[in-house]
Amino acid sequence: MTATRTPRATPAAPAPAVKDAPGAEDGLLRRLRPATVPVAVLLVLALLPYSALDIPVLLDGPVNSPGSLQLFALCLVFGALALGYDLMFGRTGLLSFGHALYIAGGSYGTQLAMTELGLGLLPAALLTLLLGALAAFVLGAVSLRTLALGSVGFAMVTLAFAQAGSIYVERNPGGLTGGEEGLPLYVDGVPDALVGVQNTVNVYWLALAYLVLVAGVVWTVTARPAGRVWQAIRDNEQRVAVLGRSPFAHKLGAFVLASSLAVLGGVLHLLVTAGATPHTSTPEFTLTLLVMVVLGGSGTRWGPVVGGVLFTYLDQRLGGWDLGVEPMLILGSLFVLAVYLAPGGITALGRRRNA
Amino acid sequence: MDTLVLLTLTGLGLGALYFLIASGLALIFGLMDVLNFAHGAFLTVSVYAAWRTAETVGGMPGLLLAAVVGTLTGLLLAAVVELVLIRRLYGRVKEQILVTVGLSLAVPALVQTVWGADARPFPVPDALSGTVGVLGARVPVNRFLLIAVALLVLAGIHLFLSRTRYGLIVRAGVEDRAMVTALGIDVTRAFTLVFALGGALAGLAGVLGGLYFGSLSPHQGTSLLVFAFVVVIIGGLVPITSVALSALTVGLVQQYANYYAGGYGDLAVVVLLAAVVLSRPAAGTGSPLTRLRRALTTPRTRSAGGTA
Repeated sequence: MTATRTPRATPAAPAPAVKDAPGAEDGLLRRLRPATVPVAVLLVLALLPYSALDIPVLLDGPVNSPGSLQLFALCLVFGALALGYDLMFGRTGLLSFGHALYIAGGSYGTQLAMTELGLGLLPAALLTLLLGALAAFVLGAVSLRTLALGSVGFAMVTLAFAQAGSIYVERNPGGLTGGEEGLPLYVDGVPDALVGVQNTVNVYWLALAYLVLVAGVVWTVTARPAGRVWQAIRDNEQRVAVLGRSPFAHKLGAFVLASSLAVLGGVLHLLVTAGATPHTSTPEFTLTLLVMVVLGGSGTRWGPVVGGVLFTYLDQRLGGWDLGVEPMLILGSLFVLAVYLAPGGITALGRRRNA
Repeated sequence: MDTLVLLTLTGLGLGALYFLIASGLALIFGLMDVLNFAHGAFLTVSVYAAWRTAETVGGMPGLLLAAVVGTLTGLLLAAVVELVLIRRLYGRVKEQILVTVGLSLAVPALVQTVWGADARPFPVPDALSGTVGVLGARVPVNRFLLIAVALLVLAGIHLFLSRTRYGLIVRAGVEDRAMVTALGIDVTRAFTLVFALGGALAGLAGVLGGLYFGSLSPHQGTSLLVFAFVVVIIGGLVPITSVALSALTVGLVQQYANYYAGGYGDLAVVVLLAAVVLSRPAAGTGSPLTRLRRALTTPRTRSAGGTA
């Protein structure tokens, strides 16, 4: 970045007028520059529902048809979920296999708080978020204690907790979770503006808002001191301990924050797919998040979002193209190839070519 | 009383199944630091290969042949995965895990593409489908078969590790891989061997799992794998007998809780796991790594003193 910026500022003649402006304005521009890409992306995404463009093979209907908008909303939710997962995986170096527990917790918790407690959508979601954060605190503290096998112990214990949750959901205790069929969204508790095919655009806005929230939180926190400590833990945990910071407390913080974002993501998943599905609770669901993050580029600003959006799009569309194979076969094989051919993810691939 | 006997023997059978899967996992992880998520995929492919064989041949000879085919399938598959995929990534633990994760997603999808998503019945020969009376309980015959095979495998692994040269290299490698390499021993061959052995055990476990559950499905391997992980966490990696004991405990707890606690055996296992994790004595303060290093260095200095 710096290498490309300096030569453009120094030559006198062909550079644009703004570049020649005095230091103050140049500084302002430089400060604004990091914000240009997110703002541009946000603008495009925000304008998407106003486009009636018809893209033949890639989409079934026009861009602003309910089907396409729902697909986009799902893509955005998964982009945000992958970004939240990367808070642990790419930023802190924690390999958790239990993220699905919190996503399913958000879906089922909100649904059950609406049906069983008679709460509205917002109070139900907030209650679920609170309980989810509490659960993440307790389970995270237990998971982070497994020391005998190092970081892999954490992976295994989180996996075991998630599996227990998944089994609980599929057992359908007292008819609460609907077993293998899941639960259809309880529409009486949800505001009318979010229900029905004609209101898909509102769900899309909500998904976009969730993505903006997650991106805001993740990008802000990782730039703060706590984020620096996470990065240091990822690179060398022992050194962090020697320097007098507690790796345990910081890891637990990352775990609780990522899990809370996942609980919110579960609420969004419930609204976008109009139901709570047991698939969200399975360990495989976490594995697909991991695949998204690595495909896109872990530990980077855009990588997880790109990976999540692309993976979800392919996962949803490959079935419709009737290739005669399971989508996961193609995606799993792609992923294995990507580990060898694109170690830094898709986003790093483009960057290397530019350099 | 008869219920208790039935539960105990069924739990032991389940424990035997877990042991077969977990022993391979523990060896692979101990030696190579690879958390092998593809282990369940090996099992799934093997059980489908065994199922095709048993269906074609039929009867008791079919089952015996299926056991051989299943074991060989697991062995070959694991060897190929190690040689083609894992070998290129030595020293990069995270990438190795990622590759096995990719396989664990792609392989069941492949099986599902070929044979469909629905569970299929596994052909159980008449000689093994009946029950035997033990202390008034009617216990299915296949439980005894599982326990017997697991005991044989346990004895086999123990002999392999304690009596053979490769076993010695494997044990030394688990203890301190860098030192073994420094002594001029080619550990990569031991890696391939252990990976193939783990695959063979997973294949055998697949066939026995087919007998135990009486059915097979594309995602059977993955769900069994989770419990194998639990067994490894509770039991640790070495010695292999502690893996066996832990497998036994998990199998029994699951069966007892399933019966006495209203079908929540799987949750009971996770609670057991949490209890074990929490009760591990935290020796002093300090980072996990220093604690781990202290735990690893103590026995090494002692053995060095012994040989000097």
